[in-house]
Amino acid sequence: MSLANNLSTSMFSSSSSAFLAPTSFNASRTRSVSVPLKSLNIVKCVATPQEQQIAYKTKVSRNANIAKLQAGYLFPEVARRRAAHLLKYPNAQVISLGIGDTTEPIPDVITSAMAKKSHALSTLEGYSGYGAEQGEKAVRAALASTFYGNLGIEEDDIFVSDGAKCDISRLQVVFGSNVTMAVQDPSYPAYVDSSVIMGQTGQFQKDVEKYANIEYMRCTPENGFFPDLSTVARTDIIFFCSPNNPTGAAATREQLTRLVQFAKDNGSIIVYDSAYALYMSDENPRSIFEIPGAKEVAIETASFSKYAGFTGVRLGWTVVPKQLLFSDGFPVAKDFNRIVCTCFNGASNISQAGGLACLSPEGFEAMQEVIGFYKENTKIIVETFKSLGFKVYGGQNAPYVWVHFPGRNSWDVFSEILEKTHIVTTPGSGFGPGGEGFIRVSAFGHRENVLEACRRFKQLYN
Amino acid sequence: MYYSQFLSHVCMPHAVLLQPTKSWSSSKSNAGTKVGHCSKVPRNVNLEKLRSGYLFPEISRHEAEHLQKNPDESLIRLGIGDTTHPIPDTITLAMAEHVHGLSTIQGYRGYGAEQGNMALRKAIAGKFYQDMGIEADEIFVSDGAQCDISRLQLLLGPNVTVAVQDPSFPAYIDSSVVVGQAGELEEETGKYGNIIYMNCGPENNFFPDLSATPRTDIIFFCSPNNPTGHAASRQQLKQLVEFARANGSIIVYDSAYAVYIRDESPKSIFEIPGAREVAIEISSFSKFAGFTGVRLGWTVVPEELKYSNGFPVIKDFNRIVCTCFNGASNIAQAGGLACLSTDGYQALCKVIGYYMENAKILVDGFKSVDLKVYGGKNAPYIWVHFPGLNSWNVFGEILQKTNIVTVPGRGFGPAGEEYIRISAFGQREHILEASRRLQFYL
Repeated sequence: MSLANNLSTSMFSSSSSAFLAPTSFNASRTRSVSVPLKSLNIVKCVATPQEQQIAYKTKVSRNANIAKLQAGYLFPEVARRRAAHLLKYPNAQVISLGIGDTTEPIPDVITSAMAKKSHALSTLEGYSGYGAEQGEKAVRAALASTFYGNLGIEEDDIFVSDGAKCDISRLQVVFGSNVTMAVQDPSYPAYVDSSVIMGQTGQFQKDVEKYANIEYMRCTPENGFFPDLSTVARTDIIFFCSPNNPTGAAATREQLTRLVQFAKDNGSIIVYDSAYALYMSDENPRSIFEIPGAKEVAIETASFSKYAGFTGVRLGWTVVPKQLLFSDGFPVAKDFNRIVCTCFNGASNISQAGGLACLSPEGFEAMQEVIGFYKENTKIIVETFKSLGFKVYGGQNAPYVWVHFPGRNSWDVFSEILEKTHIVTTPGSGFGPGGEGFIRVSAFGHRENVLEACRRFKQLYN
Repeated sequence: MYYSQFLSHVCMPHAVLLQPTKSWSSSKSNAGTKVGHCSKVPRNVNLEKLRSGYLFPEISRHEAEHLQKNPDESLIRLGIGDTTHPIPDTITLAMAEHVHGLSTIQGYRGYGAEQGNMALRKAIAGKFYQDMGIEADEIFVSDGAQCDISRLQLLLGPNVTVAVQDPSFPAYIDSSVVVGQAGELEEETGKYGNIIYMNCGPENNFFPDLSATPRTDIIFFCSPNNPTGHAASRQQLKQLVEFARANGSIIVYDSAYAVYIRDESPKSIFEIPGAREVAIEISSFSKFAGFTGVRLGWTVVPEELKYSNGFPVIKDFNRIVCTCFNGASNIAQAGGLACLSTDGYQALCKVIGYYMENAKILVDGFKSVDLKVYGGKNAPYIWVHFPGLNSWNVFGEILQKTNIVTVPGRGFGPAGEEYIRISAFGQREHILEASRRLQFYL
């Protein structure tokens, strides 16, 4: 197992300047200067063993913000446990319903466009070098007309990227360390983690499992997975994901209208994550910009990952309306553009060629078919858990099923499921304290694997 | 280079805001004054410290303006270092094959490891770091050096001090400003208060006088250098490593142009003993493989590199990569692997040879009109001296009089004043034509 894959595995406390190393840190090293293997103890600087005194250290201080992070990013952690399980049971037929990774092949109409672009790069007429950092005009135009037609969002409000996760961090770089933020609880971990890295938060508070200075907006079955805004403190930025990862909840028009009003009243900026919009079955808004007034208070981020199976191809986009202004009147889009031009160099031109094909009538139809396939998976999983008597949420408007295990620790349930059925899921607490007591089951997978997984769930819980 | 602009949104009266103009904004937004909603979110003060747009979009803008006024002129672009030569077949075939694979059950790939495909990481280690003790798991594949620079800045945080060469690739300074390391811009000198600028010119053989250089936490060093073209010697790099070691500093070594080296200059900082404990190296397939649009690069963070409290830098970089990034495109990575195959590498060396012949033509051309010319030998950039002249003016004159886009040296830092950077990327006939025009005009 490579070192780097092990790196995110150590669970360490942020409160000490702990000298830490994953257990297999130096497993394959033959160099003489080495770091002694240590388990996760707090090391006091006073009595350092002989070996450590020899190892050279720079005089550069570790970034205190990164030290605040409690553990590795959630999904590599789940991957690590999966790998450890496979080591233990090398013949197990592990089924991955954990990390939301697409599994079905990309439709031909899309890959042929990318193959064509690849070949073209070998020709004089077809070769292209640096593209516009904001993305190719044609792609931006197609995104505008496909997703934002009639919503007043124009081509130049759209910035093509290598994915929503990367955009979230770029947005954090734009906002800087002196803004406050609110997240749903539970939520996709990149919002909180990127906030910590940027220095917007205080320390992690173990008793409540929250970072100081972040406003956690609890979303539960009791409140229909929409926060009670009357109890939410004002923050500069509000991250909101709908359809939601991990709960699968889709906010209604009425709820989003309230959210926009809340942001307007508070002078906040909503970062609206619409990565799963096309999974919507109900009549809920697919874009925040369907809500009047949203252009003055919201940024929207989206991705081709779960639509086109582009999780490895890497393509997404962020909409920053011209009307969105900082308190001094400066347009947010100008700063975002500056960051995109300085900290990024555009999404891969081959991925963009694929994106364009995705947005052609044929490509879009093909994408809808794949989405439909995953939605069918979701239905099967929902029915399975319901039939077993579980309280099940989500699954209707997103490829995630949010299963309630009242009173139980979600990492324990995760481990139990993994151990007893060889199925990887994601523990709800990985998404925030509001996720405790829940398990997220993703619906990405080959049909036979999903069916087999459901058989095993039935066996385990009957 | 300063554009007083328009902002007339009337939620808050504000003095003239200096910002880059962008073609979309000047025509579309802002028709008359608008009473609109302003959020109460304060603008990031760090971004306010940037005085204009990033250098290369600014060059594009000038280019576009010139084209608008002179639509019939044949513009030759020797400005932004954009590759022009088609990518060799063997590489694009590998990418196309991978792409077709994505439409099949066996060949479909979803999320890759954020650190990159292990096969590619091994190939990079084997090709570029053989015998230097750098291993695959110290290599992080990315979507390019520019992106990695910013990720490194996110890693290092706002509380480190930084030194850059002067002149240097603008992303080091700009990213430093963005992250909050740089302090205030001093208008008279054009320098940021907290950044140490290490002068590199003909008088010091393009290597800073380290005895006169204050300690900083981080030292950005690019060799072969963009924009001067200078490749640091082994002796110079030994000094640099010793300096870093003595000061407990970390070198961020940009080796994006290493494959252009024709002489015995080191291609990697890790050729220098002791570098593993003081340096990070960034590199790119952009200029190596014509991947400027395909997007692929890598960063090496040795395991021995430690913060002052002994914590390995590689662990935090890995955390950044896993949190703020999701891996380079698997298609680009398939291409990258093909670039490092015997056939691929050989084909790319031919393309690099082509660009370096371009460079020679340009160097000879400038020399023939008695201009002092630097670079062009180990890098695809030529650094031409125009003593006593303002580089933006020279840039403008050259553009006006010869329809050639270059880059004014001042864009790379105050010490770039009086210089013009010419890139050697281009089709041979354009290079020859450009050389003719320049000799005629100059």
